[in-house]
Amino acid sequence: MKLTLWTYEGPPHVGAMRIATAMDKVHYVLHAPQGDTYADLLFTMIERMKKRPPVTYTTFQARDLGSDTAELFKDAARTAYARFQPDLLMVGASCTAELIQDDPGGLAAALDLPVPILPLELPAYQKKENWGAAETFYQMVRLLGQDHVLPPGQQRAARAAGAKPSCNILGPTALGFRHRDDVQEISRLLRELGIEVNVVAPLGANPADIARLYEADFNVNLYPETANTAATWMTRSFGQPSTKSIPIGFKGTQAFITEVCQLAGIECDVQKFSQSSKARWYALSVDSTYLTNKRVFIFGDATHAIAAAKVAAHEMGFKVVGLGTYSRELAREVREAAAELGLEAMITDDYLEVEAKITELQPELILGTQMERHIAKRLQIPCAVISSPVHVQDFPARYSPQMGFEGACVLFDSWVHPLMMGLEEHLIGMFRGDFEFHEGAMPSHLGHSSAPMKAETGGAGAGAEQITAPNLNLGNKTLAWETDAEKELNKIPFFVRGKARRNTEKYAVEQGLLSITLETLYDAKAHFKS
Amino acid sequence: MNSVSQEVVLDSQPINFQPLKERGQREVFCGLTGIIWLHRKIQDAFFLVVGSRTCAHLIQSAAGVMIFAEPRFATAIIDDRDLAGLADANDELDKVVKQLLDRRPDIKLLFLVGSCPSEVIKLDLSRAAQRLGKTFAPKVRILNYSGSGIETTFTQGEDACLAALVQDLPKSTESNQADELDLLVVGCLADVVEDQFSRIFKDLGLKSFAFFPPRESTQKIVVGPKTKYLLAQPFLTDTARFLENLGAQRIAAPFPLGVEGTEKWFLAAAKELGVSADTFEKVIAPQRERAKKSLEPHREILKGKSIFFFPDSQLEIPLARYLNRELGMNLMEVGVPYLHRQHMAEELAMLDPKTQLAEGQNVENQLDRCREQQPDMVVCGLGLANPLEAEGFTTKWSIELVFTPIQGFNQAADLAELFARPLTRKNKLMMVEAA
Repeated sequence: MKLTLWTYEGPPHVGAMRIATAMDKVHYVLHAPQGDTYADLLFTMIERMKKRPPVTYTTFQARDLGSDTAELFKDAARTAYARFQPDLLMVGASCTAELIQDDPGGLAAALDLPVPILPLELPAYQKKENWGAAETFYQMVRLLGQDHVLPPGQQRAARAAGAKPSCNILGPTALGFRHRDDVQEISRLLRELGIEVNVVAPLGANPADIARLYEADFNVNLYPETANTAATWMTRSFGQPSTKSIPIGFKGTQAFITEVCQLAGIECDVQKFSQSSKARWYALSVDSTYLTNKRVFIFGDATHAIAAAKVAAHEMGFKVVGLGTYSRELAREVREAAAELGLEAMITDDYLEVEAKITELQPELILGTQMERHIAKRLQIPCAVISSPVHVQDFPARYSPQMGFEGACVLFDSWVHPLMMGLEEHLIGMFRGDFEFHEGAMPSHLGHSSAPMKAETGGAGAGAEQITAPNLNLGNKTLAWETDAEKELNKIPFFVRGKARRNTEKYAVEQGLLSITLETLYDAKAHFKS
Repeated sequence: MNSVSQEVVLDSQPINFQPLKERGQREVFCGLTGIIWLHRKIQDAFFLVVGSRTCAHLIQSAAGVMIFAEPRFATAIIDDRDLAGLADANDELDKVVKQLLDRRPDIKLLFLVGSCPSEVIKLDLSRAAQRLGKTFAPKVRILNYSGSGIETTFTQGEDACLAALVQDLPKSTESNQADELDLLVVGCLADVVEDQFSRIFKDLGLKSFAFFPPRESTQKIVVGPKTKYLLAQPFLTDTARFLENLGAQRIAAPFPLGVEGTEKWFLAAAKELGVSADTFEKVIAPQRERAKKSLEPHREILKGKSIFFFPDSQLEIPLARYLNRELGMNLMEVGVPYLHRQHMAEELAMLDPKTQLAEGQNVENQLDRCREQQPDMVVCGLGLANPLEAEGFTTKWSIELVFTPIQGFNQAADLAELFARPLTRKNKLMMVEAA
């Protein structure tokens, strides 16, 4: 059993729903208790879809458990097929139905429906949402592509002379973070490069489209979390190579262009394509100088976390002080990316661990998920969202890709926005106790009143101090701040104060001091600056 | 003192409604959803769901749009190892509770909330609550209830939670009989509504009354044979039963929605507690008249419009009664997840006898009926609202009715406005011809 305040992913059957809902002419019959239909709201509310997800739930209740829940499932499958007439029927169980072991796959097969059945085995107590999506997509691609698998040892036939190179775009789903606009941005980029998009899947595809995947020359693996398993199988079975680079950020997009052109066997001038990006110039302009070495902590799914770390370090000039992911399936890639930045990656799905790490590091900016927003609020650190899980505000009406050159512009704006602007930062450092721009007021461009950021009272969050207070291992000593040192510490701008406090204490412990004086504070400052 | 002589006036003999009973897919929330408002009502409580990742996902999908510096709910997620053996699951739970209480020493009341997975594997959370309660007494009280989907629908989660609180009330004994309340008002109400009701009860001359659940879990509440209780919400079946076990008696009344419902609710209490007719009229009349006036502009918009209810919270019947009698709406189908005939008797007596009640749900069939009847307004959950809007229907999402102050005289117009708003909006956006 695990204490979970917030979960980074839903259960695996939600991943399967994301595939079904992304597609046309697919229906999913889910053996699940009453109440599991809450998942419909993810699509109708958070993503604001105009249609109900194509999911029929058995919604059994306690009184059904004494009777024949298997019969209930068969009825649901029969009526769902009759009503919706899908070209493919997915069947599976939610976590509670997994416990009662009715075998939806076997039951559905016994119904003899005139439609392919995709039975899903998604272990709800071991695996999670993205795995569920990846597994569902992979099983579907396998089922519908089986007639086109190359015999062992046979190479893929060369592209017909004069034919345009073509690719599939794999991975975008319903409820994916900015998938809608990423697909548009990348499709346009590929078109401009002279590459045709054969099928985008699962988003917008139907089972017939899935059966056509083998036709493309190669695959663009846009979201490894959901497409890796299918892409790997297609490389093996159809001889289609797939892309490795993720087109997030200015440089990421350039690398992606180079890679797809190589896979398509075409020449292209990467520089020419790069001219449209304002993000690069914005980062180079002097207004951005104050962003240099701002300490940033990054957490999210592996794809977005790795990409964000690269953008933060190499395009924004931030200092990445922490990098982690909840995507265990891609832990190795994140470890490599962290090592390149001289860090050890955090691989965890435990919100409390992430919270503890951020508390310890005291970054000036957090790039994370909706869950890191909770931590950021508690620690009063600016925060921007780079990855699922996200909520309704991150399914915006406006065009907001993360990928491609336009995506790089979106990243620049949204990451810089929560930070205090340069001039204000300077003046706060110079003059304290201003009646309006006082210490601890929120950045004024965020439109908050100048109320203090720190609530000094206890109230509901009275337990919070315990965690925010650093817990350095001092053996049996206690470390005390002298009053004037504490006062001096409070003159340091709040966004670096947490770090200064920790550094000073660390220094004091190393020096074997029992109390921190004004001098200790400045000794520590000099020590860490050197 | 001459007590109120009026009966709770019923316009007609109770109709024996024959609800359409359906089985099939139910598009409703489970009882865990109650945590979304209960955590705000009882501020020093923490809700620990013992369940699967699905349960955790449900709650954060609903509440996670708010950013919590200090969450007040969490899930102990069951994993493979727990499914292997029960003894082990109890040890695991103890570890999780200890971890939680170490992190949050300010918690005074902890609910262990059962879920479908914990019920199916028969994890005995009531015993776990007792065992842990001993360990953490007197600092933390630990209670248990089930919010599982297999047993509870949406607001029944509040019922289960309050029932657990009632069972934990001190037993009325010789020594504290003097503290026994005359009146207990049961069901989560918005703070502002509670304050208004409190003033009215005081003006009626009542001294010994309280609201349940209390805002602080430490508030002293003694219930015994002297106590009469008044349900403020229609979904409190089990809570009522446990109150009766303590000797309390229910005051039969319709629910305080709309002017008429609110007046009859207070009237039932006044009559039961010996308030004079004069006093009652003096206190209630100005409130009633002001509230009646406030409904007028909304009546203009809603009058003659037809309305169809999908089942959600058990508030459907009182709402339908109010919309029909006070605002002139025509009732089509009124779906309820569960019908408690005794608690609903006064409401049913006022309901338009032509109304088609439906208990339970087969969502696809119900959608077919809704499309066939083409109501002017559909009251439904958020899983259906946007898809129905896209089909051209005007919807009022039902969950809002649980999250908004709607009870009492001063909220009668706010409640009307909740229903008028979607129609007004359609007009403003020029999607329908202005009537």
